[in-house]
Amino acid sequence: MATKQQSKISKAVLLDLHRRMVRIRLLEEAAGRLASEAKIPGFIHLYVGEEAVAVGGCVALNEGDQITSTHRGHGHLVAKGGQFKPMMAEFMGRSTGYCKGKGGSMHISDLDLGMLGANGIVGGGVPHAVGAAFANKYRKNNLITMAFFGDGSTNIGAFHEAANMACALHLPVVFMCENNEYAEYTPRERVMAITDVADRAVAYGMPGVIVDGMDVVAVYEAAKAAVDRARNGDGPSMIECKTYRFYNHAGVSAFGTPYRTDEEVREWMERDPIKLFEAQLELAQVLSAEEAQAIHDEIQAEVDEAIEFAEASPMPDPSTDMLTDVYTEAP
Amino acid sequence: MTVAETETEERIIRYNNAFTETLRELLLDDPDIFIAGEDVGRYGGVFQSFAGLNAEFGDERVVDTPIAEQAIVGLGIGAAAVGLRPIVDLMFMDFVMVAMDQIANQAAKMKYMYGGKATLPLTITTTGGAGLGAAAQHSQSLEAWLIHVPGLKVVYPSNPYDLKGLLVSCVRDDNPTVFTLHKKMLGSKGHVPEGLYEIPLGKANVVREGTDATIIAIGMMVGEAEKAAETLAEEGVNVEIIDPRTLLPFDTEAVVQSAKKTNRIVIVHEAVRNGGIGAEIAAQIQEEAFDYLDAPIARVAAPFSPVPFSPALETAYVPNAESIAEGVRGVLYRNV
Repeated sequence: MATKQQSKISKAVLLDLHRRMVRIRLLEEAAGRLASEAKIPGFIHLYVGEEAVAVGGCVALNEGDQITSTHRGHGHLVAKGGQFKPMMAEFMGRSTGYCKGKGGSMHISDLDLGMLGANGIVGGGVPHAVGAAFANKYRKNNLITMAFFGDGSTNIGAFHEAANMACALHLPVVFMCENNEYAEYTPRERVMAITDVADRAVAYGMPGVIVDGMDVVAVYEAAKAAVDRARNGDGPSMIECKTYRFYNHAGVSAFGTPYRTDEEVREWMERDPIKLFEAQLELAQVLSAEEAQAIHDEIQAEVDEAIEFAEASPMPDPSTDMLTDVYTEAP
Repeated sequence: MTVAETETEERIIRYNNAFTETLRELLLDDPDIFIAGEDVGRYGGVFQSFAGLNAEFGDERVVDTPIAEQAIVGLGIGAAAVGLRPIVDLMFMDFVMVAMDQIANQAAKMKYMYGGKATLPLTITTTGGAGLGAAAQHSQSLEAWLIHVPGLKVVYPSNPYDLKGLLVSCVRDDNPTVFTLHKKMLGSKGHVPEGLYEIPLGKANVVREGTDATIIAIGMMVGEAEKAAETLAEEGVNVEIIDPRTLLPFDTEAVVQSAKKTNRIVIVHEAVRNGGIGAEIAAQIQEEAFDYLDAPIARVAAPFSPVPFSPALETAYVPNAESIAEGVRGVLYRNV
């Protein structure tokens, strides 16, 4: 199946999908390490395990298209083209970070890249995707917006309001659900009476499809179809990606927790989206194991360099930085 | 039209029509401006404040939305973040609470938490105030909830002229602003020039100069304070009246200056006294001008209950010229 699908996708795109997933993984593993060493303050929500969703979604976008994000936003920003140095600096609260140390991990963003911000309120970013899509349609600029959100956020009012409004106003939005089966630490079946989030799409009047969220090609192809649909003026769609986060909702533990079994975590880790894809790429003779390793090494060096940069960067200064950026001053 | 022309000729229109006219002139002025909200399109708004705009500017620019306050404000945030200049309407100020996450957690904080990169030229319009028998969920004055939030600007015009100038400033401001109309004032009249003009945000207006005491009044209470001033003048009391116009950022300097001049302060608002903006204003004045005060700062505000329905209760609930005059007599020790 994979080989057949890959045959429709150019080698350049396949390699791009791979590289962006590895970029997320290596940045996140490093961030987790630094958080456990208390070099990164605050809460950290790692994207490890879900890489295929952000990457499959973002590679299907054009430059200038926008995305909205969640608490777990590092992966979305990397997939949209985010740079390691300002990301790592932001995680560490440095003034050279993407948000000058004022937002941190949970508010990582780069509006210049069309990444409209990670959001600390579950579901809070989804209405912004609708607003950005409204602006795209208003300006007839042929851009579209993709909203990333989790299964848990589909239970919150803002999501419902945004999905309904997007469909009622026929806006160019793709609703990209990361269903990792847990709303924070609570299993999906305890808080939802349905198994598939995609079932909700029909209630808003948009198509909803389910894809294997550990298969980056499957995610990319579904995203491409939804993106094309939005760009052609055919309105919103929803894609539900069945995925899994390898670490806890927050922090760097994977095993020995009361809300999911170690066996379950291990089973999902067997379906690591990067390992699965590298096996496919090797089989299809697109990327050998050695070539893949070289990519990992190259990216790891970039991560290490970003850590050095962040650690050498100054902290923001309370006497000068506290009160800036609260308001936009008149020109 | 030149300034000279507008000044020579008194053009009297209603507060509500000033709002509609300003929106129309703004839509004509800037193609990045659009309006979205419940009933604002085909129907023209529940108070007809948007009448005719959809017919003139079309569904693209004057947009009927679902009854979905979070998504309405979120729509404005997303559109503003990518460069449009949205005006979104929340119909009743009470509905601000429904959208509070989008207003306080999202719109207000986005610039700061994204390191200054986000610019949100977003205006949220709404109607506050009691007096129409609309009861507890359609009559509140919730400005104190909003002024607690860094990143917002909060504006409350007390007359048609200020309404126009302040609305233009809100819409042209690059920050999220909440612009509150008083629903009982919609039919009130005043001089409003044609064409767009700005009144700077954060600047109070000295409505009446006086020497014996200062009344700081907000929204519809400004008119009541003016009536109270007439009564007090007959008693030989010469009061100064300050209308802050913008509640956030607040013109502390203007009220402190007045406190240093009159030495007695009465703050009037329609919201309940407890935790109201009067508490903040009083605190700011005592921080800056404690030694100038000849009496404790008085607050004339609503009692600590939801806004009641029955006209018998509602009339007694909202401060008026009489209760304001009584407040002034209090700080002058004339009512003991």
